[in-house]
Amino acid sequence: MFYIYCPYCEEHREEEEFHAAGEAHIPRPLDPDACTDEEWGEYLFFRTNPRGLHHELWVHGVGCRKYFNITRDTQTYEIKETYKIGTKPQFTRAEENA
Amino acid sequence: MTQINRLPSGGRIDRAQSISFSYNGKTYTGMQGDTVASALLANGVDIVGRSFKYSRPRGIMAAGAEEPNALLQLGATEATQTPNVRATQQDLFEGLVASATNGWPNADNDMMSLVGKLGGRAMPPGFYYKTFMYPQSMWETYEKFIRKAAGFGRSSLESDVDIYDNINQHADVLIVGGGPAGLSAALAAAQSGARVILADEQSEFGGSLLHSSAQINMLPAADWVKDTVAELSTYDNVILLPRSTVNGYHDHNFLTIHERCSDHLGDRSPLGKVRQRMHRIRAKWVVLATGAHERPLVFANNDLPGVMLASAVSTYVRRYAVAPGSKLVLMTTNDYAYQSAFDWADAGREVVAIVDTRTNPDSECVFVAKSRGIKVITGTAVIEAKGSKRVTGAMIAPLNETGDQLTGDAQLLECDLIASSGGWSPAIHLSCHTGSRPVWSDEAVGFLPGDTIQKQLTAGAVNGSYSLDACLKEGTEQGLAAARNAGFEVEDVVMPVSAPVSEGKPMALFHIPHSKATSRAPKQFVDFQNDVTAAAIELATREGFESIEHVKRYTAMGFGTDQGKTGNINGMAIAAKSMDKSIPETGTTIFRPNYTPVTFGAIVGRNCGDLFDPERYTAIHRWHIENGAKFEDVGQWKRPWYYPKSGESMQDTLNRECKATRESVGLLDASTLGKIDIQGKDAREFLGRVYTNAWAKLAVGKCRYGLMCGEDGMVFDDGVTACLGENHFLMTTTTGGAARVLSWLEIYHQTEWPEMEVYFNSVTDHWSTATISGPNARKVMEKLTSDIDLDGEAFKFMDWRSGTVAGVPARVFRISFTGELSYEVNVQANYGMAVWEAIMEAGAEFNITPYGTETMHVLRAEKGFIIVGQDTDGSVHPYDLDHGWAVANQKPFSFIGKRGMARADCVRPNRKQLVGLKPKDPEAVIPEGAQAVNDPEQAIPMEMLGHVTSSYYSANLGHSIAMGMIKNGLNRMGESVFYPLADGRVIEAEICSPVFYDPKGERQRV
Ligand SMILES: [Zn+2]
Repeated sequence: MFYIYCPYCEEHREEEEFHAAGEAHIPRPLDPDACTDEEWGEYLFFRTNPRGLHHELWVHGVGCRKYFNITRDTQTYEIKETYKIGTKPQFTRAEENA
Repeated sequence: MTQINRLPSGGRIDRAQSISFSYNGKTYTGMQGDTVASALLANGVDIVGRSFKYSRPRGIMAAGAEEPNALLQLGATEATQTPNVRATQQDLFEGLVASATNGWPNADNDMMSLVGKLGGRAMPPGFYYKTFMYPQSMWETYEKFIRKAAGFGRSSLESDVDIYDNINQHADVLIVGGGPAGLSAALAAAQSGARVILADEQSEFGGSLLHSSAQINMLPAADWVKDTVAELSTYDNVILLPRSTVNGYHDHNFLTIHERCSDHLGDRSPLGKVRQRMHRIRAKWVVLATGAHERPLVFANNDLPGVMLASAVSTYVRRYAVAPGSKLVLMTTNDYAYQSAFDWADAGREVVAIVDTRTNPDSECVFVAKSRGIKVITGTAVIEAKGSKRVTGAMIAPLNETGDQLTGDAQLLECDLIASSGGWSPAIHLSCHTGSRPVWSDEAVGFLPGDTIQKQLTAGAVNGSYSLDACLKEGTEQGLAAARNAGFEVEDVVMPVSAPVSEGKPMALFHIPHSKATSRAPKQFVDFQNDVTAAAIELATREGFESIEHVKRYTAMGFGTDQGKTGNINGMAIAAKSMDKSIPETGTTIFRPNYTPVTFGAIVGRNCGDLFDPERYTAIHRWHIENGAKFEDVGQWKRPWYYPKSGESMQDTLNRECKATRESVGLLDASTLGKIDIQGKDAREFLGRVYTNAWAKLAVGKCRYGLMCGEDGMVFDDGVTACLGENHFLMTTTTGGAARVLSWLEIYHQTEWPEMEVYFNSVTDHWSTATISGPNARKVMEKLTSDIDLDGEAFKFMDWRSGTVAGVPARVFRISFTGELSYEVNVQANYGMAVWEAIMEAGAEFNITPYGTETMHVLRAEKGFIIVGQDTDGSVHPYDLDHGWAVANQKPFSFIGKRGMARADCVRPNRKQLVGLKPKDPEAVIPEGAQAVNDPEQAIPMEMLGHVTSSYYSANLGHSIAMGMIKNGLNRMGESVFYPLADGRVIEAEICSPVFYDPKGERQRV
């Protein structure tokens, strides 16, 4: 059970108050109609599933109802940071910076 | 029976209170302070079970959580049955009823041994893997046999009569284990003011000190324990939890503690008392002071009753005043176990010999033994226990310095108790739970806790610091460190001290050689609970299993409730040796939660019975009950399903409700529909993006039906949205989809379009909704309102008005899910019941008929209205539903679903499409889910065209109707399809429009 810092409520709360909502930083294409089927499929279905640091979208569902991002280590389950939508993570995998 | 093994004095038992209990149908007497195990040993009960595979007699081997054999089925009544209780952990109480779990039908004279140890032959290592490779028919035969033979207890067939509890707690410092290290850690941390929880699995704090002859602060150890516990209980910031096992160490310092509050008091909890409690603890820092388990030595017939761990012998003698035998042979690889021989001698029993496997031990304890006249035989091992149902002797033989070869002939020592000690295995289980890999230590001859990201400290024997003075020192230091790490100031504290003892080096020895090869020698057990032998492990490595995780699964070593407490290290060492590797190279398997079994009761706590799952009621619920409604669960809502009158079948009721609504007027409690209030200057644009149809021109006072799709283009919700003001809308969703739709709106707003000014709020529970539907609906409304103009031209279909209904403020929506003239009357929820009753009264002259969800389903199906989730399944887009009219592709913004439904697969021909289905036999109702085929005579597997999604008998039409998916169905109107059913019938149906009733939609517009 995770102990999650909500960047909006500004306190740690139990995982039971939150829901995971998939990988973070997957923006909706600005012009969907210009996407090929392959590009649209990529946006809809393909995710990185890394071993190590992973940016995830979570929602404080029974708290402030705000969505925010978590950088979590998928091996140790350590949460490195939580950050608001529209801001950038401080912790990244090496290949993300390449 | 008399307590033949009870010592005349000593122990932490209350001799004044004798306790009578039943074990395997016989009555015995023990004493207050006994465990079931100590009481059984006091009574001379040698055999407490039969082994899992080989059906060998087994006795009590240990005194704590690590006991592999003495598993009990507890319970005087069916309702209080509890499996998997270790006799070593269950306190005795008056009237306790227990039986051996292993052993069928009874432990002493087991039927399985009569049938030739079939289990042993039938279940070689790898049995499960080998068997699964064979045809399944074999497995069924084996399975019955295994289940009976295994017999690891059973659960009750009746409801548990006791109360269980959960509690959430926060701790600054959680200390696991109340032995010397844990107590000194608690003492140190307590003084800082930190919120400290100290949990220990035993009935008393003290751990090994409860049977120790050592001194702390110049006092007998047990006195120091008493003083320390007394001092700790004076602190308001300290919670002491005895009988509380920390069973799981989870992510982010979340730990679960299984407290047995009243298991020791009786078969049932005393009135009003909780039986067990699960503490769910979020700890800032954790100190693991979990101690170590003594390792038994692996030698031939080491599972005979009368073979015990050395420390267990000390525990029984000193704590329980029980001497489980008369003549002891002690085999040890280390100094620590010598104390067991001294304790035995102090109890006035004979020590035949101390057999020390070390070639030339010159430790202090050897001289003490000799000075006490105890024979010490060095460089020697017990290679085999002799006896059939109880030890009668020990075969000993000289051993080389490395412990892998015998150097001389064996000789017999007569004895009835063999105690063995292969050293200590730190109890690192909890530190492994979150994925930390343990690290081998040659010095400690065991695995120690490895690196962890948890906020975890360790103290005492779990670190391989086995001596008392080291435990006290580390406990104090780590208790202080934990408090300081958690942010508490603390001055240095006085450390409890114990005189250091000079120690000789222990020998790393895991498998005693026999004069015969391992495969031919009598069985040498490694894992007693799972009947894994040294030979089986060697066989596994010969068969090519090289990873220790594979060896574990192949042999079942460390499985089950035992979790390898006594066997794992020996087993890994044997595997390593057999592969010519070192133990660190071979590695270890990882322990998982739970440390010892947890009852379902403790996990569930109060969340059972009525509190198992929340139920949601509308404001009118009581009326529904009083009027005989049958209920249907929709999500967590209890919705009226139908309202039977006496003598009616369900179909009779539906027919009556359906006809009454179409012919006069019906009333539905629609309060459960999801309602989301949407406001903001961009609300209208937002609706246009999440719905497939157009919202730009919807005027204030108007309503519109909308379809909501995912990005894949598939329908996931629908409902009517009303324009309350230029920047204010009320969206309705399906009953089950309300929460999902709200999150959907939020996620798009917050993550994709945060620049839009729009606010969403669930108002489902704020409103009570009564839907008046039928040709007389207006007449009923006329009696209830005077300030809403009900004229058909003034208040049209798909309009909404606010006004007063039955004397309270209301919003009235002229929308219809039945196809009849309908008014949805929404009032503040607390007026709901009064308004409902007023409507019933006003409608009485028109025979107003309350109807439930089933009639609603039939009426809407007569009209071809879909129910998302019933007529759709996540693979259906609006065009599949023939709902192209609800898709506005010309909208400027590429709304959610637009791109998805343009994918090649979505526009291909021959997709399944929703159509109406009219059975040829007007009485035949096709079962929902039935598959359509073109030709019922074709060979199996038939080509399937799609399934029936909705199907009813329509009393209004006088025949059955259905909707369903049919490949290319929209282009097959008038054609026949066939539904072959499991019972052999075939129903023929004509593909038709799903709108069976009033196809022009005139009735709802009047
Ligand atoms: Zn929050």
